[in-house]
Formats: sequence, structure tokens, C-alpha cells
Amino acid sequence: MGAHGKLGFILLASPLVLWLSLLIIIPHIDLFILSLQEKIGVRQYQTSFANYMTFFSEPLYLRTFLRTAFMSIVATVLTLLIAFPISYYIAKIARGRLQSILFLMCLVPFWVSELVRTFGWMILLRETGIFSNFLQWSGIVSGPVEFLYNDAAMMVGLIYTSMLFMVVPLVTTLESLDDSMIEAGYDLGGNGYNVLREIIIPHAMPGIVSGSIVVFMLSLGNYLTPIMLGGKDSLWFTEMIYSQFIVRFNWELGAAFGFLLLGLSSLIVWGALKLSGQTLEKTMG
Amino acid sequence: MTAVNDLDCINLTKRFDETLAVDDVSFSVPRGSFFSILGPSGCGKTTIMRMIAGFLDPTSGDIQIKGKSVLDTVPNKRPVNMVFQHLALFPMMNIADNIGYGLRRQGLDKKLIDAKVADALERVGLPGIGNRRVEQLSGGQKQRVAIARCMVLEPDVLLLDEPLGALDLKLREHMKVELKSLQAAFDTTFVYITHDQSEALVMSDQVAVMNAGRFEQLDTAANLYYAPQTPFVAGFVGDSNRWKGRVESVSGDQVKLVTETGVSIIGTARGTVQSGATVEAFVRPEAIRVAHSVNGIGEHANSFVGNVENVLFNGANSRVLLRVEGGGTIDVALPQSGEFNGLQRGDALAIGWGASQSLCFGAN
Repeated sequence: MGAHGKLGFILLASPLVLWLSLLIIIPHIDLFILSLQEKIGVRQYQTSFANYMTFFSEPLYLRTFLRTAFMSIVATVLTLLIAFPISYYIAKIARGRLQSILFLMCLVPFWVSELVRTFGWMILLRETGIFSNFLQWSGIVSGPVEFLYNDAAMMVGLIYTSMLFMVVPLVTTLESLDDSMIEAGYDLGGNGYNVLREIIIPHAMPGIVSGSIVVFMLSLGNYLTPIMLGGKDSLWFTEMIYSQFIVRFNWELGAAFGFLLLGLSSLIVWGALKLSGQTLEKTMG
Repeated sequence: MTAVNDLDCINLTKRFDETLAVDDVSFSVPRGSFFSILGPSGCGKTTIMRMIAGFLDPTSGDIQIKGKSVLDTVPNKRPVNMVFQHLALFPMMNIADNIGYGLRRQGLDKKLIDAKVADALERVGLPGIGNRRVEQLSGGQKQRVAIARCMVLEPDVLLLDEPLGALDLKLREHMKVELKSLQAAFDTTFVYITHDQSEALVMSDQVAVMNAGRFEQLDTAANLYYAPQTPFVAGFVGDSNRWKGRVESVSGDQVKLVTETGVSIIGTARGTVQSGATVEAFVRPEAIRVAHSVNGIGEHANSFVGNVENVLFNGANSRVLLRVEGGGTIDVALPQSGEFNGLQRGDALAIGWGASQSLCFGAN
């Protein structure tokens, strides 16, 4: 590599290096140091793992995390189950204009801010909302019904928020599946289930894995939806982190929670990849 | 009729909206034979194949396998299998699983499947590659695996949709011979579609030449070449000099015509040709005798002397374009016996061919 090549490489790489170091690596190091500070008096700190210990010794924190992780897994599975037929229809059955229109319809809601979309669900689900009024009008129920502030409402919100991030990788991988593969699957005696199980799903596996990782991480790190649709009864781990930082001014514990969320969620993703026999290289490659 | 054919298509018609893709086609394929449908792209041959496989429903007509109509049978229950144009081997499975896919669908015992897969690989000459991935195989090996994957199911009819198209020339030549011997070894009826006439001519017992949704001629390869029934077949199968001309006189089936370029030719009429009618005449470059002087070619109904306008050297298939007296050029195959090796532009050559070598079809 000549001097020119070197200069070119430095110029090309510098935005990435700056972005990574200034916005991701340095703040994380700072937060990590912060998370290791144990408060022993007014403005007195010592380095210890006490903040991390708190997480494991206080059942509320641990349970909230487990609940958050479990709900996120459920949201991921449900999103996959809903998105797969939609993606298959868009990628393999719809043709031409219909295909673009359907894909656009998945995309358009994401042009609106997440906050507005969540308010949209609140308008539908609240006590004086559209669903409640419709049920009363049709005579199915006699009084107003509150759909908001429970796990189901939150799940609806989470799935809605994540749908696009599952549909896009699935459509991309399914589109790359040659139609003749599917035909060959039938031609050699397979039925719809066999073809799905042995040909379509294995082919779509990279899309399924990457979509699931993104949706799981988005759900786990979601703050708005659990707060607005889940209400007080649906405590989310991100709410804990928020309250440590903002309400209790306990940045040290908040930072520790942040790192625990990062570590534990990575552990869950790693475990799921191991369980399903997939690797990150295969998915990203 | 005592012998039941493996495949009968009866008045098969397929219409897509306004276009008639397959127009009233009937044919029968006897047991154990190699049947080809040859035609340019867009002639409807793929449509026929997809109807036989069950991926398309005919608009009208019937498809019978071993004498029984299969129109109501779904693709995965039909006793036909297809080798796809790009083979459609499943990349997510290894070779053994690919070949075993159909057997697993039949719910066979795992041991039996393994034995059948090993046997199939043996028969296509690739023993012991069951554990390899699809992408580790060469083009020719993939081809054989695709055939093994179908043959292991013992179909009544094997459909092949231009499977050699993706191979390079040398391998294609090799696979032609190999496909033919595989067909003989498995003793199964092959229905092969292609736009490559040499594939069809080399391998097939019967070839149907198809154009614009219809069969132009269904015959043996030799008859298609020597005795084409229609101008399309004469032009499509093999190479030809092709002239449009006006008939001067007719005596018996001998026709004397003058081409648009002003050459006078004596030929043989195919079908009825009347004096004064416009006809198309076809002469194969390789049917023309060629010599350095008039004495060398002997007596022929048609003989010309001309000058070499261009030498198109292509090894065994070398040609010269000869400009003859009276106008027009004639495409002549050069015998590679040595005497024409030093041929130059402008050299004089004498050519001649018999009346039976120039076929005249009444133009429509």
C-alpha cells in the first residue's frame, strides 16, 4: 500500500472510528466505570461490584428483568408468527404493483413517530376509545371497557412496533428463494407442510434469526410502549433504569442496570442461537 | 391398441388471457423412449412441460400417463418428476438428503432410504458423495444428482427442462451422451425440452419441432433433417441456404424457380407447388458438392461457378460464402479433406447439388 493508499484508508475509516469511539466506546467505558462506584458516604465512593450485587439480591429488580426478557421473547415469537405469512405473501405470491403496495403499507406507519403511533393505539383501546364505544354501540357490553394498561395491550404495541423489522429481513431472504425450489419440493412428492419445513424455513433461517434478534432487542430496550400501553401493572426493565437515573439520581445503580441489560440480553441471544443451531456468521454472512 | 403409452397428450390447449400458448397439441410417448420438444424460446414448450408436471392446468385437452388421465392429480401425486432448468437442488441439504427428499415423503424406512440413495448415486457414477454440500459439486455432477433425485422415485415419466443450458460447451457435449446412456440404463421415458437442436437430435428417439404453440413436425431426428415437412422445420433444424423465388415451371415434383437474387434453381416440391407461385427453397450448405473446377463436381441439376467472398473458418464446420454468377451468395460447407485448406478470398470454386437436395415449399 503506497502513501496515497494509506491516506485514503485513514480518510475513509476516520468517520467510522470517530463515531464508534466518541459515541459508543467512550460513553460506555465512562458508564462502566460509573457502575463500579459504590456510594459509601456523601460524595464518597469506592470501587466495588455492590451495584451489580444489588440487582441479584433485590427480587424486584431480578423479577422485573426476567419478566421483561420473557415478555420480549413472547413478543418476538408472536411477531415472527404474524410476519412470516405476510412476508411470504409479499415475497412469493404478490406480483408487480401489489407487491410494492403491500411492502409500502408495512413501511408507511414507520414514517410517523413511535410516540404518535402509540397514541394511535391508545385512541383505539382506551375506555372511551373506538373499540369500547363500538362494543357498547353493538350491544355486546353494557358499560365502557378498558383495554389499556395490561400485558395484552402492551404486547399489541410491541408487536406493532417491531413488525417492520421482522418483515424486511424475511421478505429479502424469501425473495431470494428460487420459485423452482418450491416447485421441485412439490414435484418430488412433498406437501405444503414438507416444503415449508424442509425448504422454505431453512432457506429463510438467516432472515428469521436476524429479524428475531432485532425484534427481541427492540422489545427489551423499548421504553415508550410499556409505559404508555402497559401502565403501572406492566413494569419494564427500562423503566427501572430510567427511574434510577432520573427519579432517584442513583446513576451508579442505573449504569449497572444498563450493563446488566446489555450482558444478559446478549446472553439470551447467544443461548437462542446455540439452541437453534445457528451462528451469527451464517446469519450476517 | 395393445401397448399403453407412458404419456399421451390429447388436444392439449393452454390459453393465457389473449395469447394461445399451446394450440391443440397431441402426441404420444411410448414406454422407455426419449422424446424431445424442440423449439425457439416462447414457442410454448415450457408450458407443455409445466402442464404435464401439474403446475399449470390445461385450458382444454387431456394428459394421460399410462393410459390414465392425471388432470385431477396434484403435482406432488403425479408419477412424473422434473429436472428443472437450473436443477433446483436444495442448497440447505447435503446431496444424500437431496436425493432422499422424495423417499422421505413416501415415509420409507431410514435404512431403506440410505440404501436407495447410495444405489442412485452409484448409478449416476458418483458413489460416496452423499455428505457433500450442493455448492461443492461441479456443473456436471449437479446435473447427475438432479437426475438421481428424480430417478430414485422411479417415475413413469421424467421431464427435463433445458437442463444443459447452464453448462459450458464441452461439458454439454459430454452430458448429451451421458443423458442418453442414463436414459437407457434407467429404462425410463424421458421428455426433454430444449431450444438447442443438437441436443434434441443427438439424444432423442422422437423429436417434435414446435413453433408458435403448435407442433410443426413430429418425427425421428433423421427425418427432421432429411425430410422436413414445413419451411419452419427446414429452416430451424440444421443450417440452410434459404431463398424466396418464383416458380418458372413444374414437371412432376421437379420445380424450376428463379430466386429474388436472380439465381435459377431446380428443386423438389414439398406439397403442391404451382407454376408462377412464390416458394421458399432450402439447400443445406453441407449438401453442396464443391470442387476447384467444374470438372471436379460431375453432373448435377444445379451447378454454379463463383468466387469466394468470405471464408468462415470454424474447424470442422468451416464455410465459404460464394458469390455466384447471376447474383446472390451461397453458403457452402467446406469438406476438411485438405484440398481447400489454402482457400483465399476471390478464389474460383465450382459447386453443384441435385434437385432432391433443394426443397421447395409453397410460401404462405
